[in-house]
Amino acid sequence: MEKLNIKAATDRLDDVIAFVVRQLEEADCPMKAQMQIELAVEEIFVNIAHYAYKPKEGMADITVDIRDGAAYITFEDGGVPYDPLAKADPDITLSADDRAVGGLGIFMVKKSMDDMKYEYRDSKNILTLVKKLR
Amino acid sequence: MTINKIQNADKLTIEVGGRLDTVTAPELESEVKSSLDGVAELTFDFKDLEYISSAGLRVLLTAQKKINDNGGKMIVTGASEDILDIFEITGFSAILNVE
Repeated sequence: MEKLNIKAATDRLDDVIAFVVRQLEEADCPMKAQMQIELAVEEIFVNIAHYAYKPKEGMADITVDIRDGAAYITFEDGGVPYDPLAKADPDITLSADDRAVGGLGIFMVKKSMDDMKYEYRDSKNILTLVKKLR
Repeated sequence: MTINKIQNADKLTIEVGGRLDTVTAPELESEVKSSLDGVAELTFDFKDLEYISSAGLRVLLTAQKKINDNGGKMIVTGASEDILDIFEITGFSAILNVE
């Protein structure tokens, strides 16, 4: 299990993805699952970077734990309490003209992960994504 | 990310390769925004695109809205299975002309 402590800023996204991918590759993660995890990690990290500490800056911890054939990826931040799972899903049946630009990120994460858990504890948002690797 | 634009009269093809993510999407967005005037048919060629996140989808939706306003046509070609899956789960398969 490894932890990355990093500034919650979009210009650090490449470092976050590299940190996660390295561990997935060591675990021989299938390509499809890897891409879905990369996508989920991007959406969650960018969400934290955009909203958690606004308008100030802060840090995020990202932990990757691979066990029992699944990847558990946990994000912790000390920003405003925010449960992404409580957000309503976008209406994906609307036409292009009626659809809002945005709001898709968390929905894509929900659709591609096997499980997600959120809790607010010790003044921290703690979100764990679970993806089965085989 | 790589961007290559091919203009043929009022038809524009934009080839996008690599990763279309939060970091790279703004560059594509400004390329699209600055090239749509007078374009009747816009094609995104995604044969070399490896990855797309919601930031990339936003660029596509914005382009589709603009093209609709102009009475033009937008086409997406060459997308991989993984990217087609993303269009499917987000409902983008229904709003984009995917070939």
